Amino acid sequence: MSSPLLEVTDLHVRIGGSHILQGVGFTVAKGGVTALLGRNGVGKTTTIKAVMGLVRSTGTITLDGAAIGGARTFAIVRRGVGYVPEDREVFAGLTVGENLRLARLDGADRWDLVFDLFPELKKRLGQQAGTLSGGQQQMVSLARVLLNDHRLLLVDEPTKGLAPKVVGEVADALARAAEIATLVLVEQDLKVVRRLAGDAVVLDHGQVVHTGDAAALLADEELTRRLLGVGMSEGAA
Amino acid sequence: MTQSQPKKAALGPAALGAIALAVAAVLPLIPVGVKGIMPGPFSTAGTLQLLAVCLVFGALALTYDLVFGRAGLLSFGHALFFATGVYACNIAIVHAGLPFVPAVLVTLVVGAAVAALVGALSLRVKGIAFAMVTLAFAQAASVLVLLNPGHYTGGEEGLGLDATAIPRAFVGVVNTRNLYWLALALLVLVYAIVRWTARSEPGRAAEALRENEQRATVLGIASFPVRLLLFTVAGTLATLCGIVYLLAIGSSTHQVTDSHFSLTVLVMVVLGGLGSRWGVVVGGVLYHFLDDRLSALATTAFVQDLPAVLRAPLSQPLFLLGVIFIVVVLFLPGGIAGAFGHRTHQAAAIEGLLGRFRRAPKPG
Amino acid sequence: MSTVILLAVTGLALGALYFLIAAGISLAFGLMHVLNFAHGAFLTIGAYAGYLVASGGGDVGTGRFVLMLAAGTLAGALAAVVTELLLIRPLYGNTHAQLLVTVGLSLALVALIEELAGSDARGYHSPGWANATTEIAGSAIRGSRFLAIGVAVLVLAALVVFLRRTRYGLIIRAGVENRSMVTALGIDVRRAFTLVFALGGAAAGLGGVIAGSYFGQVEPRVGTGLFIYALIVIVIGGLGSLTGTAVAAVLVGLLQQFLNYYAAGVGDLSVLALLALVLLARPAGLFRSTAS
Repeated sequence: MSSPLLEVTDLHVRIGGSHILQGVGFTVAKGGVTALLGRNGVGKTTTIKAVMGLVRSTGTITLDGAAIGGARTFAIVRRGVGYVPEDREVFAGLTVGENLRLARLDGADRWDLVFDLFPELKKRLGQQAGTLSGGQQQMVSLARVLLNDHRLLLVDEPTKGLAPKVVGEVADALARAAEIATLVLVEQDLKVVRRLAGDAVVLDHGQVVHTGDAAALLADEELTRRLLGVGMSEGAA
Repeated sequence: MTQSQPKKAALGPAALGAIALAVAAVLPLIPVGVKGIMPGPFSTAGTLQLLAVCLVFGALALTYDLVFGRAGLLSFGHALFFATGVYACNIAIVHAGLPFVPAVLVTLVVGAAVAALVGALSLRVKGIAFAMVTLAFAQAASVLVLLNPGHYTGGEEGLGLDATAIPRAFVGVVNTRNLYWLALALLVLVYAIVRWTARSEPGRAAEALRENEQRATVLGIASFPVRLLLFTVAGTLATLCGIVYLLAIGSSTHQVTDSHFSLTVLVMVVLGGLGSRWGVVVGGVLYHFLDDRLSALATTAFVQDLPAVLRAPLSQPLFLLGVIFIVVVLFLPGGIAGAFGHRTHQAAAIEGLLGRFRRAPKPG
Repeated sequence: MSTVILLAVTGLALGALYFLIAAGISLAFGLMHVLNFAHGAFLTIGAYAGYLVASGGGDVGTGRFVLMLAAGTLAGALAAVVTELLLIRPLYGNTHAQLLVTVGLSLALVALIEELAGSDARGYHSPGWANATTEIAGSAIRGSRFLAIGVAVLVLAALVVFLRRTRYGLIIRAGVENRSMVTALGIDVRRAFTLVFALGGAAAGLGGVIAGSYFGQVEPRVGTGLFIYALIVIVIGGLGSLTGTAVAAVLVGLLQQFLNYYAAGVGDLSVLALLALVLLARPAGLFRSTAS
């Protein structure tokens, strides 16, 4: 076994008096997609934000063996971690082109890949990102990280609120992304999880309650219902 | 931080307060002074006037703490209400010919109205924009006073107080000790009202809003009326402080309308320790005392022996106070009260303001 | 008619001064929510730096005046960078303490300048053309008015080009909108902020020399006096919006100048009335900031 790409140990986050993460620990192996699952409000987004240094946390976080806990967000990104936030967070007042140029770090040049994945964006480079549809904004958000040579991508609910057809396109893009980087994916749509994820980490009440093979988890209707509150059949709209 | 528990004193805070009050009350009867620090023995008029103004500023700092410390509203316009007291009362006596007591009552009504109006307008914006707006409105007083419409304010020269119109007990050098006691009574009164207000329903609601506006709003607290009420109560009390200041100084001068004065009220409170009632009183008293005495200190041998590069800035009290203030903010965020292990709201207030600008991460 | 033109040009020039000081405050606030109370003092520092260059001896010609402008700009930028590194940066993330620390700095700086330069106003040296008047439609207008307007327009244009055409400009525009997402793209926003602060300080310092030639004198509180009106301009224009700041600066300058013509102080009060109106009708300012 090679050392894991991301290792999180005993992660705690407290925000405004609430103890949101209570000792989260998991590892993410190099390559493939690890799904971070759980009901609403169990701490998935907070876990991602803690890894990114966007919320204050205690515990250890290592990337390829080197500690990144406590580092500033921009420095964590510079070490090869890309972040696709929940709700996309594109810069509405900037154009699509400006959003992408802003995100492109020194030396990175994956314009071909990005435009191959999202030909739509190439046509809309001059358009204000705020006027794009939700699906197009998600493409911008994904394209921003795919432009760079990141080792690890943290992708938070990329299909949330998207039309079924667009969900498919986003999933295709994530599949391509998984070929060039390791993915940690927070996702409610279990069909997408089943298609992409190798491993699964399930959170509940700020703690990890299950880790293992994603397909095996989803195959167990009873376990899925207990851990995620939904079954495979109703989980995918 | 300032979270450490207060040290167990041999005497409770109430007993310490009573002792401090008793000492303050008998001070004018003591014919000795502290050489080099006091301008003269405690019983002399000069010292008593200085101390009276110190006490007024202690009271003013208390009223400001209600706005900033309790409600978490960073107002830069609090001096406006103080200036309203200083000017409106004098104008009511000199120009409207009102007797003293009706003039005081009219002034308090005017002060409350001005505070309610400024509060209602300024509370439409939050956080640092609120600070900007309140500072701007405080500027109105400065403009009005210097504009001197109808020669009501006396402009640059100021407006002298008509000694015949105010109670005999507060007129003349021999009665300075009465002024001192009046200032002490003001401080006690303001302390009682501020304490009562802070513990009242609206006071606690304002505190809840400061701690976590979202949570408080969910609990059904309407932020605007609660904040406006505290702002108005504090403004009216500041007007009362202004009236006593007018009696102590004997005239209305435009310095109290200056934007610098607005800032110094803030300095007093932060210096003393935001959210600690005794702390801010000490801050207000100490601020004026230092402001007054630093120029005297600058003539001491210690400062005189310094090279000119160091001596020059040291002879400007505001320079020293500004630097002290910076040092306190950087290294002693709990102020004087915090340094004595008293738990202050400084840290909480800072977090509270921060929360408005940072999007709180949602668990999910 | 001639009075109207005179008041309009003078008002525009006053607006130009407000813009020079407000632009930096607005950008710094937009990006980091830092309100720098010492910004007015930066203008004063710039004004005195120019004064020192002018008092080197002899008449002030255009060449010397350009040196004065450069000295003011440099002094303002330097003061801003030192302030940012020593006082603002250690309190990063604590906007409240950052504001307080600049309040203390503002008090201390004004007192220091009063001690060093005296609290009385001093005559300000400008080249002959700045004091000479030009006849426009019957009204005699001093050169310093056109100078102020011209410099402010140039600064505005330079800032717009900087924000639109450079990578740092892109970072700043994105940061005003959503700072944490910019850092999450691997960009050190603090470096961009230091630059913003320096640029704001430079504009204020330049404004100091312009203010000196506009008023014909300099005194230790010139910057803090203008600062309050700059804040009004920023709130009216919309926090963090450069366009809003520019438009509001012109609006406030004109309003103040025209109404002060009837009685000194009426214009100042009407500006406050305008602020009250804006707060009632559009609390976010005339030009909504994308940051909010």
